[in-house]
Amino acid sequence: MAISRRKFLRNSALAAGAVAAPHVWIPASREAWGASIKKGEPIKVGLLFSLTGGLAVPEEDSTLVMQYAIEEINDNGGIDGSPIEPIIIDAKSDFKVYTEKARELILRDKVLAIFGCYTSASRKAILPIVMQQESLLFYPTCYEGAECTQNTVCTGPLANQHSKDLIPYMVNEFGPRVFFVGSNYVWPKESNKNAKIWLEQAGGELLGEEYVPLGSSEFGPVLNKIRSANPDFIFSTVVGASDIAFHRQFRQSGFSAEKMPIASLTTGEIEVKAMGAENGAGHFLSAPYFMALDNPTNNKFVDSFLSSKYGKNGVTHYNMEETYTSAYVFKYAVEKALKENEPDAVTSKVVRDACAGIEVKADVSPEGLVWIDENNFNTWLVPKIGQCQADGSFKIVKEAPEHVEPDPYSIYPDIGTCTAEGLKTPDGTIRQDVI
Amino acid sequence: MLDITFASSINALILGLSIASIFLVAALGLTIIYGTAGVINMAHGEFIMLGAYASFTMQNYLGVPFFLCIPLSFLVVAVIGLIIERSLIQYLYNRPLDTLLATWGVSLVLMQGVRLIFGSDPKYIQMPSFMSTNIAIGDVSISLFRVFVFAVAIALIGAVWWLFYRTDFGIKVRAVTQNKEMAASFGINSSRVYTMTFALGAGLAGIAGSLFGVLNIVLPTMGMGYVVEAFLMVVTGGGSLLGTIIASGVTGEAQSIFAFIFNDTFARFLVFILIVIFLRFRPQGLISAGGVRR
Repeated sequence: MAISRRKFLRNSALAAGAVAAPHVWIPASREAWGASIKKGEPIKVGLLFSLTGGLAVPEEDSTLVMQYAIEEINDNGGIDGSPIEPIIIDAKSDFKVYTEKARELILRDKVLAIFGCYTSASRKAILPIVMQQESLLFYPTCYEGAECTQNTVCTGPLANQHSKDLIPYMVNEFGPRVFFVGSNYVWPKESNKNAKIWLEQAGGELLGEEYVPLGSSEFGPVLNKIRSANPDFIFSTVVGASDIAFHRQFRQSGFSAEKMPIASLTTGEIEVKAMGAENGAGHFLSAPYFMALDNPTNNKFVDSFLSSKYGKNGVTHYNMEETYTSAYVFKYAVEKALKENEPDAVTSKVVRDACAGIEVKADVSPEGLVWIDENNFNTWLVPKIGQCQADGSFKIVKEAPEHVEPDPYSIYPDIGTCTAEGLKTPDGTIRQDVI
Repeated sequence: MLDITFASSINALILGLSIASIFLVAALGLTIIYGTAGVINMAHGEFIMLGAYASFTMQNYLGVPFFLCIPLSFLVVAVIGLIIERSLIQYLYNRPLDTLLATWGVSLVLMQGVRLIFGSDPKYIQMPSFMSTNIAIGDVSISLFRVFVFAVAIALIGAVWWLFYRTDFGIKVRAVTQNKEMAASFGINSSRVYTMTFALGAGLAGIAGSLFGVLNIVLPTMGMGYVVEAFLMVVTGGGSLLGTIIASGVTGEAQSIFAFIFNDTFARFLVFILIVIFLRFRPQGLISAGGVRR
């Protein structure tokens, strides 16, 4: 077969073009093969938490409470008649598994949303695939901010909603000299960057900053440094199983919470239960929710959750409550989206946009009224500080007078502000998907 | 911000001893199993985990005091080790690579089994409240429990040494280690010796577990971290008891001193690098057990 030179050149150019611009031959509309709602069929969501490994201490409860919330929603008629169907994954505290399974949930199972992750490291691991596929992640715990994506909704507090309160409180109560201890990954480092600024504003002094590997159980060297520095209090961002080892060894080494309390962002009821109440007593936690909150919704939530088959761990805590609220944010957002769209058109992206301004009222949300910010899709909430008591429950010692606005770039005003369309930089350009 | 004073340096050195004793307690059982029978026991971490769960169960459900839980954990895990050896490992002595796979399988079974029975939520072992304090002389300070772990480590070394070098059983073990066929021709029942050493190694891991359950958290996956450290000590030490003791001592001190000068994360990194370099030039480890290499 004779191939003319002209034809050969044209074909080569086409082939080169196809390779250079692969999106040309991928279907233009992502919605065509993405997830959407089909009338009468269950709405699939993925639960991507660790049930085993070092992160299971807080994350197992996230899966359990999501199952509880989904059952509750389904018993009350589901979302506009369609039940929610959870696909439960054990991410095994392994970041590779998070990425693999997130991909599987989105591409194979076509879930409308993923509820998942506890550490920022796992969130950052799955965000690329979530953003690429225009899927939706409900991230139900506290984090450091400094992200502006079009595919995440967070129901936990940002740095300006917990450590900003906690640091000045501790400086006032116990003195200005502080030592930072954290697990060695992105969240503790970013949290400490925030905390340093709050500390400077409060007139405190940073004596040292130490990080231990995630999952490590040897705190001897760190405790020795703390002993030499002799701070007034410790600010801790140690998470998971390490956090329990830290508190136990703290007390075994002769330190006491009366003389040198640990102010933590993560040591909640479940961690205290795991370490033994005597090791947690006297220390402080900043969170929007405590099991001891006394309001009718919370009393009912605690009673019915703990007596359900999902309440086997015996406590409720901030991480779990934020996860519970996120299930209702999802429900309300899908209902809102269904009012404005045909079911087929309700994709993950539409649900995310519908989350703007969604309120979870005080008769549903155990921590009281919260709502999703219309710009950055984090949550307006009331930060609280609790002190752990001898029985492992927390006594609320301080509560913010009103709802605090979530501000993901509170310590980076130069970078810009997060809007629904993307990160608006000071020169006015919009950047999407900033992580 | 490095602040080197006399007291803090002494503290770092004492802590090094403590870290070394933790490494040693974790590695002791593995050394005996590997050094004697040549079995690469991937389930060692799970034996540690079983020891912790055994202590937890006895303390919580039977009200056994903590100090009694330690020897009882030895018995419980030794019996489990005995059963595993009789039912599985004994068929694999001539196939060392298969023991690696088989014991790894055992480790998964044990982990899942414990998860089925106890659930995957964390447990903890309570220790007597008088232990949760520290001993302080001036600025030098160490937690009492760490002193206790150190003492247990010394006691275990003494016991193992006595058993191996001062008893008939020890003579048999050493004979079988050096040359199994030759020992058998002198009438030593080598498979029985292997069974007993495997059970002994498992029991020692059980003791480790009951101690680590106090320092750390009791989870089905808790063994995975310790098994890496234990293997490092055994490989660096060369599979002999003395080698493991020296390797644990040096590594523990190195980690504590590096963590004191730099920070914890960098210390671990440095220790790993040094071990890799060491093994590059001395792959047989510090003190090789000698005899027939398998």
